[in-house]
Amino acid sequence: MTAPALTESEREAALALGDDALILSHRLAEWAGHAPVLEEEVALANLALDLLGQARALLSLAGDEDELAFRRDARDFRNLQLVEQPNGDFAHTVVRQLFHATWQELLYAQLAAGGGPFAAIAAHAAPETRYHRDHAVTWTLRLGDGTAESHARTGRAVRALWRFTGELFEPVPGLAGTDPGGLRAAWTERVTETLRAATLPVPEAPPPPTAWSAGGGRRGIHTEPFGRLLAEMQHLHRSHPGAAW
Amino acid sequence: MVTRLAALAGAVPDPELPMVTLADLGVLRSVRRGHEEGPVVVELAPTWLGCPAVETMAEDIRRTLRAHGVPEVTVRTVLDPPWRTDDITAEGRRKLAAAGIAPPRAGGPVFVGLPAPPVPCPRCGSTDTTVLSRFSGTLCRALRRCAACREPFDHMKER
Repeated sequence: MTAPALTESEREAALALGDDALILSHRLAEWAGHAPVLEEEVALANLALDLLGQARALLSLAGDEDELAFRRDARDFRNLQLVEQPNGDFAHTVVRQLFHATWQELLYAQLAAGGGPFAAIAAHAAPETRYHRDHAVTWTLRLGDGTAESHARTGRAVRALWRFTGELFEPVPGLAGTDPGGLRAAWTERVTETLRAATLPVPEAPPPPTAWSAGGGRRGIHTEPFGRLLAEMQHLHRSHPGAAW
Repeated sequence: MVTRLAALAGAVPDPELPMVTLADLGVLRSVRRGHEEGPVVVELAPTWLGCPAVETMAEDIRRTLRAHGVPEVTVRTVLDPPWRTDDITAEGRRKLAAAGIAPPRAGGPVFVGLPAPPVPCPRCGSTDTTVLSRFSGTLCRALRRCAACREPFDHMKER
């Protein structure tokens, strides 16, 4: 791929979006061998691989993909705190997917229309993100409007992950032409519609950027489980520098 | 000369779906050569961004052209415009169906709650088929089942 020259803030944005995709891909890959049914085993691996493809394209805009993925420490990662949250039970993973895929589909549509350095990648990944949301919505409906147990677990996941959603709408300086306010309104509408249809309680709208909420991932501030994720993701490469297939 | 090289590159089989060629899939964007005997530049569109077959495709193109006397081949991946399943040729669709993979429907993705044209079973032709999972053995396929002949089958999903 021919990489356009990026400004410093665009490079930060490439890291932000690339790290989101990389870290969520890693979390989803952790399901390998543990998914509730065989079809989901395959589905979660597919979602992870789509995201890994995005991560490679985006990180390659910012530098050497392997160097960036395996040789940076936690404070140098720019991903959202949402995507680094542990998988929890299947409902927890589904709700994390719902929040992220809904946001990513809307953001990529804006980026694809904006014509900047991320337009081609966003346009290419857009149909993939649409399948990801479709997967998350289908399962949210099935679990939320399912048994008392699945309803309770999905509601618990919504409450636990909601505090990480404010960060989705913090402006990223290198993503010129995107509209965080419009993104927030459209995201809230779509997620609310899905949660209602799934008979789940809808929390209040995500906290405005001026109020306190969990966040800071874009500045390299991460939650405690992130260090353990990195240790697992990076240890092979760091133990055997330069190893190749 | 370049036409011949394009035909050679286009005849390379897809590494994961060897019943179709790169030309059938519509992933070969261009084959260029600045001057006779010079280096050749091939532009290749990835199907799904994470598809690991892209690297194998590039290597297969390089190997094929080298075997036909081109010493220097560069394969570049191009994202713009994005590959769509509508880029698959009629011949490609026919070959997929013959191999038991339902070809993608024209017009792009179809999602839950939207009216969708049926996906006929590639074995018996029945339109009474349902989605088992939108994800299957490769990124580009979904898993379906035919209610008439009871066989599961893969469907190349639209994008």
